[in-house]
Amino acid sequence: MAHEETVYDALGNAQDDHGHWAFGTGFDEPLAGVDTTVPEGIGPADLGAYCLMLGDDALVLAQRLTQWITAAPELEEEVAIANVALDLLGQARLLLARAGSVGVLGRSREKATDSIPDEDALAYFRDPDEFRSTGLVEAPNGDFARTMVRLLAAATVRLAVFARLRESRDPVLAAIAAKGVNELAYHRDHAARWVLRLGDGTDESHRRAQAGADAVWPLLDDLFTATDVEARLTAAGVAVDPAEVREEVVSVLTEVLERATLRVPEWPADAAPRGRTGEHTAELPELLATLQGLARQHPAATW
Amino acid sequence: MSAPTLERPGGDSPVDTAALQEHFDATIAAEHRIEPRDWMPEGYRKTLIRQIAQHAHSEIIGMQPEGDWLLAAPSLRRKAILLAKVQDEAGHGMYLYSAAETLGADRADLTDKLIERKQKYSSIFNYPTLTYADVGVIGWLVDGAAICNQVPLCRSSYGPYARAMIRICKEESFHQRQGYELLMTMMRGTAEQRAMVQDAVDRWWWPSLMMFGPPDDDSPNSAQSMAWGIKRHSNDELRQRYVDMSVPQAEFLGVTLPDPELRVDPETGHHRFGTIDWEEFKRVISGQGPANDERIARRRAARDDNAWVIEAATAYARKHGGGRATAELAPESAA
Repeated sequence: MAHEETVYDALGNAQDDHGHWAFGTGFDEPLAGVDTTVPEGIGPADLGAYCLMLGDDALVLAQRLTQWITAAPELEEEVAIANVALDLLGQARLLLARAGSVGVLGRSREKATDSIPDEDALAYFRDPDEFRSTGLVEAPNGDFARTMVRLLAAATVRLAVFARLRESRDPVLAAIAAKGVNELAYHRDHAARWVLRLGDGTDESHRRAQAGADAVWPLLDDLFTATDVEARLTAAGVAVDPAEVREEVVSVLTEVLERATLRVPEWPADAAPRGRTGEHTAELPELLATLQGLARQHPAATW
Repeated sequence: MSAPTLERPGGDSPVDTAALQEHFDATIAAEHRIEPRDWMPEGYRKTLIRQIAQHAHSEIIGMQPEGDWLLAAPSLRRKAILLAKVQDEAGHGMYLYSAAETLGADRADLTDKLIERKQKYSSIFNYPTLTYADVGVIGWLVDGAAICNQVPLCRSSYGPYARAMIRICKEESFHQRQGYELLMTMMRGTAEQRAMVQDAVDRWWWPSLMMFGPPDDDSPNSAQSMAWGIKRHSNDELRQRYVDMSVPQAEFLGVTLPDPELRVDPETGHHRFGTIDWEEFKRVISGQGPANDERIARRRAARDDNAWVIEAATAYARKHGGGRATAELAPESAA
């Protein structure tokens, strides 16, 4: 009974404080209160570019996962996928805000009005060629099996990078990584469990999981070659050389697929970075058109 | 609070049933709660299953109209808020299906009934969401109406339902505030945004009034549900409470509610409002609303297109002794 009164009271007070009552509804700068000074010897342009690489991967994969909402196999999975997407969205916001804080905004500020925060200017007002996400996260979901194999691969790579990034000389990046590691360990575990169930489930799920792995593996080719930015920042103690995580990724993915009774596809030969340098398939512009459409229709609006 | 444990009867003789019924009636009269293992009349059980299932279905179908904006939310913060909200709705559906399962129902079976249109869900979710202002108005008005309906259910006589409702109401209240806050922000934005908000209010106001169900003189199940303590206030009482609550909120927001007859009755202090189009209500609830087919089709696709996933999980659990899949990956990186 007491509860009933409490809830009604709360509603009655709805107009007393200008609509700013709920947690999460006030304007929250993601990096509020954090010292964003760039440590000595680090090029802000490189640091920002690197944050865009990591941030765009998270943003694009969050968008892909969100496509499953209301279409997932069971309610528990709706909740789990939403969790993963929310974690990634949170990582993206921090990383894009970090890029903005060091002045890396690309051409976004030509289109976004001043009232739009950096994270949104970067997410909504950059064109596809300015995105630095990889083909692995851009590829369409396919069925549930392919979605989970892709999540497994993407989370494995990202976890390996973030674990090392906790030692970054950029304190902001190190803090983002420290928070992200726990999230990514859960994402990887969640995806791995599904790959096990699907690989070792029924004939149909095995066939689909195998097809998923066969479709995802070629997308791993350009993940382990450092861009010039990554090479410079690795030397400066800020970034992780992607080549360094290759062995761990191969070992984890091989272990999961083998235990899932799947055939491990042939590992693709290392290729030069594509997405990291702005070269994308047609799937990215399509994804971004949906993500950015409304914000761009109303460039002067505040949301 | 639970009713005292009953001696389990050896048989179902009329004498036993009469004693059980008497005990049940006393529990209800004392405002104690009925728990899953307690005896209950078959009608009570059926009514509860129907009501809880309908509520669960509403949460799950209700993910869709707002979910349509998840991919296009106009800022990352709004996207995160909306995704968390839609996720909460999936969670509410889960608690409610679980509450129905304590009465002997089965979630998969209830989902089948929803898809086969043998059970209903709130007709409000058969309206489309045309602009982003609809997300805010659903939070403010639709969640607001849901709260008015649901807060009294926190005192429902059936324990598992009442407990589920306490948690759900807290989250709904949070969603309502977030919706209202979005609208406040939009009203402070461009003229175009303000027009979007007014348009959304114009479209959702009347359907939100219909969420309380038919008028009291045309609500066949209400009296029995009130007597059983499943329902606490009549449809019209709750509707009145909602209108009285919403009018000042609309004024503060700066929108006009689309009802020229809306005014305070000086005698009662309550707002009088115009006549609800019950023909529209009947059309929408009987499946002829703007989005009924789409809503059910999507739910059906989620079930049918992924049936192989559920079969695989079941087969895996059987092979591995019913245990869950464990990955147990512990590479050096995450250490």
